[in-house]
Amino acid sequence: MAPKNQPVGGQAPVVQRIRLRYAKRGPLRFTSHRDFARAFERALRRAAVPIAFSQGFTPHPKISYASAAPTGVGSEAEYLEIGLQAEVDPAQLRVALDAALSPGLDVLDAVVAGSGSLADRIDASHWLIELPAVEPGRAEAAVKAFTALDEVLVERMTKQGKRSFDARQAVARIAVTDQSAVPSEADGAPCAIIDLVVRQVTPAVRPDDVLSGLRVAAGLEPPVPPRVTRLAQGTLTAQGDIVDPLDADREPALPG
Amino acid sequence: MSVASVFPQLEQLLPRVSKPIQYVGGELGAVVKDWDATSVRWALMYPDAYEVGLPNQGVQILYEVLNEQEDVLAERTYAVWPDLEALMKEHGVPQFTVDAHRPVKAFDVLGLSFATELGYTNMLSALDLAQIPLNSADRDESHPIVLAGGHASFNPEPIADFIDAAVLGDGEEAVLEITGIIREWKAEGCPGGRDELLLRLAHTESIYVPRFYDVDYLPDGRIQRVVPNRPDVPFRVAKRTTMDLDAWPYPKKPLVPLAETVHERYAVEIFRGCTRGCRFCQAGMITRPVRERSITTVGQMIKEGLEYSGFSEVGLLSLSSADHSEIGDMCSGLAEQYEGTNVSLSLPSTRVDAFNIDLAQELSKNGRRTGLTFAPEGGSERIRKVINKMVTEEDLIRTVVTAYSNGWRQVKLYFMCGLPTETDDDVLQIGRMAHEVIKAGRAAAGTKDIRCTVSIGGFVPKPHTPFQWAPMERPEVIDARLQLLKQEINSDRSLGRAIGYRYHDGEPSLIEGLLSRGDRRVGAVIRRVWEKGGRFDGWSEHFSYARWVEACAEVLPGFGVDLDWFTTRERQHSEVLPWDHLDSGLDKDWLWQDWQDSMSEFEQDDCRWTPCFDCGVCPSMDTEIQIGPTGKKLLPLTPVNSLRVPA
Repeated sequence: MAPKNQPVGGQAPVVQRIRLRYAKRGPLRFTSHRDFARAFERALRRAAVPIAFSQGFTPHPKISYASAAPTGVGSEAEYLEIGLQAEVDPAQLRVALDAALSPGLDVLDAVVAGSGSLADRIDASHWLIELPAVEPGRAEAAVKAFTALDEVLVERMTKQGKRSFDARQAVARIAVTDQSAVPSEADGAPCAIIDLVVRQVTPAVRPDDVLSGLRVAAGLEPPVPPRVTRLAQGTLTAQGDIVDPLDADREPALPG
Repeated sequence: MSVASVFPQLEQLLPRVSKPIQYVGGELGAVVKDWDATSVRWALMYPDAYEVGLPNQGVQILYEVLNEQEDVLAERTYAVWPDLEALMKEHGVPQFTVDAHRPVKAFDVLGLSFATELGYTNMLSALDLAQIPLNSADRDESHPIVLAGGHASFNPEPIADFIDAAVLGDGEEAVLEITGIIREWKAEGCPGGRDELLLRLAHTESIYVPRFYDVDYLPDGRIQRVVPNRPDVPFRVAKRTTMDLDAWPYPKKPLVPLAETVHERYAVEIFRGCTRGCRFCQAGMITRPVRERSITTVGQMIKEGLEYSGFSEVGLLSLSSADHSEIGDMCSGLAEQYEGTNVSLSLPSTRVDAFNIDLAQELSKNGRRTGLTFAPEGGSERIRKVINKMVTEEDLIRTVVTAYSNGWRQVKLYFMCGLPTETDDDVLQIGRMAHEVIKAGRAAAGTKDIRCTVSIGGFVPKPHTPFQWAPMERPEVIDARLQLLKQEINSDRSLGRAIGYRYHDGEPSLIEGLLSRGDRRVGAVIRRVWEKGGRFDGWSEHFSYARWVEACAEVLPGFGVDLDWFTTRERQHSEVLPWDHLDSGLDKDWLWQDWQDSMSEFEQDDCRWTPCFDCGVCPSMDTEIQIGPTGKKLLPLTPVNSLRVPA
C-alpha cells in the first residue's frame, strides 16, 4: 500500500467571515492567549459552528486574532475573525459561542466581516488600571510627573532578554479618574484608578510598562498588584475617542 | 455555617506565580454548589500539579458521582507549585479548592487519589497549607477525614500515620457509602466524635482505618503481625469492585480545562481489569476480574462526551485495549461515525500483534495517524518468560514490518530494566532487537527513512503481585546496564542513527520501591524528606535522591532497618508483608506459586480464554468475568447541520 503522506480530498471553502468581540472577565482574566485559543476551538465544536479549515496535512480551523491582552489583564474588547464553510446568522452564532465558553469568557458581539482587515482598524487601546491601597492624590502626582517628561525609559524582560524602551511617547492620554466610577473590591480602602489610552507601537507598550514608567518618573510603587482591564481597542480619532473596529462592518463601507 | 472563598486573598498572589490559570477553576464541567444547602462535603485531591491531576479519570468520575447527589458537594484541589506555596505561607492563604476556592480544612472529607507513591510528600504540603495536623492522631472533629484511594492505597502503610482511612479498589460505590455514613453520623449530632465515625467506616469491612491496627515487629526488623486493637474491626479489609460498568457511564460531563494539561481528550474506559498476568503489573493484579463496557455504551459515551466537551481527540482506555471482545467492531464503527469530522481516535496499543495494526489503520482513516507503541517489556525471550509477557521476537518483527509497510514511519518500543533475574545480556538484547526492527522495517518500507524509539522504564516491585517478594537491583547496576545498552544500540552507526533511546535513571525507582513496599516505619522517612523540602517527587527537576538517602540514614537505623532492607532484600515465603491484612482477593499462595513459576520461566495463560487458574479473586470478592461479545454494532450518527444554540 502506498504511504499515506497526502491528505485525501480538499477542505470546504470559506463562504462567510465573521468578526467577534469578546471579554475576559474576573478570575478568567488569568487565561493566557494560548489557553483562550484552545478553549475557543473547543467552543466551536461544542456549538457545532461550521468552521472552515486550512488545506494541508494537518488542517487548522480558520481563526485569526487581533492583538490579545496580556495574561492576568481583564478585557472587554478582544477581537477575532473566523472563516466559515456555511453561512450562519451572526446573532445566533454569538449566543451559541457564548454558551459554549466558560462564564467569564463572554462573546459580546458578532458581525459579518466587510472589506478591509481587522488589524488595520486597531491602532490604540483604552485601559483602566486600579491601584488598590494607593491614594488618588499620590497617583495624580505620579501621572503629572510622567506626562511632564518627553521620554521615560523602562525595562522589560522579553524572550530576547532584558530590553529598554520609551513608555512615554505611545501614551495618548493618561489621567486619574473619579474613584466612584468603578467599584473596587476593597471597600473603604483607597484605590486610585488610572484611565489610559496607549497607541499601538513597536515594541508594544503595555499597561505594566506605563506603571514602570510611573515608578521611574515618580517612584510610584503599588503595594498590591494592580488590576488592569482593557475597555476598548480600535481606531484613535483626533478627538481622542476609540472607534470599535466592528462599526465599519455594520455600516456600508465608507470610501477612503 | 457558610464558608468564605479565599479567592480575594489568592487573587493578589496570582500575578506573581507561573501559569496562574491553573488555580482559578472555571472549567467546563466544574460544579459550584451552595455550601449551606448540602450536608456532606468532599474535597477531592490529586496530589500532583493541576496539569497532571485534572485529566485524572478517577477524580473526574468521583467528582461527578458525588455532585449528582443533591445534598453532596464535591470540589477539587491540586498540589500547588513551590512558587505559590511560598506565597501562600507568607500571606496565610490556606490550601483551597479550585471550584469555589473554599479552604480544604472546612470540608468533611479530604479524599486523595494516589496513582503513584511519589505523591506522598505533596500530600504533606497540602495538609500543612490546609492547616490540618499532619498526623491523624492530632486531628479532632474540626478537621476533615483524610482518606486515601487509588492504586497506591493497596499498601497505605507508609502513610498510615498521616491518613485517617483508605479505600482499596473501585471508588464509585465506596464514595456513596462513605457519604451515607457521614451524613447519618452528622445528623445524629456526631456521637462519639471522630473515633466513632472512623469506627463506623471500619465496620464496612472495606474501609481500612490504620489506627485500629497495631503492628508488632520481630527483633530482626521483620513484621511479626498486624492485628486489630479493638474487638469489632475486621482482621482483613477487602477491596471494592464495581460490577456492570454500563451502569456507571462516567465521566458524562468531563472537566474541560482552560489551562494546558497532559491529556486533552475525551477518555473512555472500555474495560477495567486485565488477566494477561504480566507479573510486574500491579494494575493487572489488583483490578481483576475483567469487566467490559459494551460497545454501545462506549459509542454513546463518546458521542455525548464530545458534544459536551468539544474535545477533538478520543482515547479508548484500558490496561490492554485491543483485548476488548468487540474491539474490531468498535474501532471500525467509531471510524465510520467520525469520518470527516477532524476527530481523532487513539488506542493505547500495547499488544504486539498484527491485529493491533489493523485497528490503528481503522482509527487513522479519519486523517490524523496516531503513533504506535508496543511493549515487549523484556529484551530476551528468557526474561519475557520470567515476567509472563508472551511475545516472541518473530511476533514483534512481523508486527513492526506490518506497521512500516502500512505507512508508519515510526514505532515506539517499551521495555523495563531491573527485572528479577535480569543479566546484562537480557538488556543488551533490547539493542539487538531494535537493530532487527530497523533492518526489517527498511526492507518492508523500501526506504531508509524509518525510525524506532526505545523507551526503558525502571522496574519497581509492587505489593499484591508475584514480584512482591523480589529483590530490587542497585541503581548503579541499572545505570551501568543502561549505558551498555546505549553502546550496543550505537555499535552499528547506520542502524543506531534510526533508533531513539530514552531511559530513566535507577535512583528514582529505588525510592519508589521503598514507598511501594514500605511499612509504617517509612512514614518517618517521608516526613523527614518533606521537612527537608521534598516536593513533587515524580518530577525529575524536583526529585532529590540524596535527600531520600539522607532521610533514610537519619530515621531508619532507629528501627534496625535501612533503605536496602526495604528495597534490594528478597523476602521469604514466611515473612509477614506489610499489606497482608489488605485483601486484593489474590490468594497469597497463588501469588507465591506464580513467583516460583516465574523463576522456572513457566508461563501462565489468560483466564478469559482458558479455564480458571485459581488466582482467588472471583470467589473471594464474589465477582465474575464480564465480557462480550454482545453482537451489537455502532449505528451511523446523524450529522449536525445547525448551530447548537441554547434554548
